[in-house]
Amino acid sequence: MSAKQSILAKLRKSLEGTTPVADNFDEALVTEPWTYAPEQRIAQLRKQMEAVHTEIHLSTEQAWPELLAQLVRDRQLPSLLIAPGTPHGQRVVEHWAGHPELPALKAYDRPVEEWKAELFNETPASLTTTLGAIAATGSLIVWPTREEPRLMSLVPPVHFALLKASEIHDNFYQVQQRQNWAAGMPTNALLVSGPSKTADIEQVLAYGAHGPKDLVVLILEDQ
Amino acid sequence: MSTPTLIPTVEVQEDFRARAHEALGDSQLRNNFRSAMDSLMTKRAASFSDAHEREHLRALGNAIRARALSKLPELLERLEQNLTRNGVTVHWAETVDEANDLVFSIIRAHEARQVIKGKSMVSEEMEMNHVLAAQGIECLESDMGEFIVQLDHEKPSHIIMPAIHKNAAQVASLFHDKLGVEYTKDVDQLIQIGRKVLRQKFFEADIGVSGVNFAVAETGTLLLVENEGNGRMSTTVPPVHIAVTGIEKVVENLRDVVPLVSLLTRSALGQPITTYVNMISGPRKADELDGPQEVHLVLLDNGRSQAFADSELRQTLNCIRCGACMNHCPVYTRIGGHAYGEVYPGPIGKIITPHMVGLAKVPDHPSASSLCGACGEVCPVKIPIPALLRRLREENVKAPDSPHQVMRGQGSKYSRKERFIWNAWARLNSSPTLYRAFGFAATRLRALIPSKVGPWTQNHSAPKPAARSLHDLAREHLSKQSGDQ
Repeated sequence: MSAKQSILAKLRKSLEGTTPVADNFDEALVTEPWTYAPEQRIAQLRKQMEAVHTEIHLSTEQAWPELLAQLVRDRQLPSLLIAPGTPHGQRVVEHWAGHPELPALKAYDRPVEEWKAELFNETPASLTTTLGAIAATGSLIVWPTREEPRLMSLVPPVHFALLKASEIHDNFYQVQQRQNWAAGMPTNALLVSGPSKTADIEQVLAYGAHGPKDLVVLILEDQ
Repeated sequence: MSTPTLIPTVEVQEDFRARAHEALGDSQLRNNFRSAMDSLMTKRAASFSDAHEREHLRALGNAIRARALSKLPELLERLEQNLTRNGVTVHWAETVDEANDLVFSIIRAHEARQVIKGKSMVSEEMEMNHVLAAQGIECLESDMGEFIVQLDHEKPSHIIMPAIHKNAAQVASLFHDKLGVEYTKDVDQLIQIGRKVLRQKFFEADIGVSGVNFAVAETGTLLLVENEGNGRMSTTVPPVHIAVTGIEKVVENLRDVVPLVSLLTRSALGQPITTYVNMISGPRKADELDGPQEVHLVLLDNGRSQAFADSELRQTLNCIRCGACMNHCPVYTRIGGHAYGEVYPGPIGKIITPHMVGLAKVPDHPSASSLCGACGEVCPVKIPIPALLRRLREENVKAPDSPHQVMRGQGSKYSRKERFIWNAWARLNSSPTLYRAFGFAATRLRALIPSKVGPWTQNHSAPKPAARSLHDLAREHLSKQSGDQ
């Protein structure tokens, strides 16, 4: 008998004569305490994310590329990793084209194996979009894609994230329902609620453990 | 900067009592634990500021775990089907040896030399680092706390905060000695040293190993929560990802993880959520540019099916490994995690370890508790830990000829003498004649009670019966009263 058969046989024998516990999931318990008026959502998200050292900027669909350029310059970042194949990536390319003094743009356009050392050692910052956010816990929803692969939001020490204000949801449960997650998950989905941190030494909080040291969120208010 | 060498961890010596006694005399250790546990308790309380909300959420958490366990075989099969459909290879292991063989065969198939690990308590059960080191494979911990204890050839002393027994000065000396860096007690600098060493290791590793917080049957998703990003690194950078988990970690639906994640992170750390909630549903697809080419899941039994067989003990498997029970345990806080000598310390360790290693190996665990009830009160999935400890105490002294075989190693503390004494005590207290005779003898012969009566008098004065029993006094009082009337 295989390990699988043996384990399942033991479990089945232990359950003989029992009936499964009914599904009494009360969604009110995970939604009602975590529901916000539309005008409160940004403030709630901000409160949660800033409490864990996230930098948040309010901007607009029109103005964000300029704000991004300013933030990149202020931090003296030598380059920025973007996804030129996406609409927002295209906006960055267009803005940068008019400002030749801005730091170099890089694209994650080939398998990681072909440029792993460069990604790890010479890629100080990245920009990705988000699928929205969760106000209750201050979490960005990130579903990596071919254009914005998994490591894009993880390896560079500074991560810029674009978030449309209209896509800030109240809570995790609502997001799962509205975006119908149960129907099909991507290979990797993430909730990101701040820059990487640890309190493993004496409970002292330190940022920049293994992931980004800085998380900068640009909230686009007219969307 | 030198590579940390991978000498197997130092084996703990002596028995539980000796280790506990030693820990109690270590004021540094006691200070480290006391301050950490106080802080964790305060943070948890603050994150559950609404008691009404907390209690309803705990009830929901308990119901979700109970439902998952009530259809565990079916959910495990559904999980396997969905993961397989997503391209993940699922393996099953009854014992830690089988699990290690499975992991090693994957490593060998890839001719891998370097393994980087996200935090996984199941891999601690397997002693994976030790087993792989013996095969010449470097197996490095990447969680900062785990990295620290591995560097010092220790084991974790807490399931969430592995290096909580050390203070910053001790970590500073360790890094200075083992990594050859300049001595610094600055926590930010220490973390940056760890980051630098481990970034290189993530870059080089052939295999990434992680645990699993929740395995979702409905979608075939492995969910990991963490703050550091080492879990994401371990599961995303190396070309192969091996997740190891216990068979009880499965939940039915994706929505079930909503309350469970909230209960987990608030109970463990007082955080509304961890920095990363990482949901892995498959390896890299043909058109994707990163992520592991292969994802494996090893489902480990290691005694869990024994706990599962008994409807009361089955509740042990509700556990979501938050560590709140140890944070609130007066025994754990005083003796620390290492005194338990096993992978899982504290209250949860005392009820789960006997199923993994046999009750005979840890006979003192069920009684190393004041039964104060704090663990059961804070458990986010309402495991009745004190009741289970009492149950294990019964199993511990079960007669060898008992027809009820509940667990491996049961009855190891059975003593005919003790059983005889308890039977006599029961007789004495249920027969009025015997009770009166005993009361008469005990009060008249009280001067003969020795001043030393076994372990009791190590910390207490010997019991001394009163000159007259309460019965006697009451009788006299009542007869006086009736005389007055």
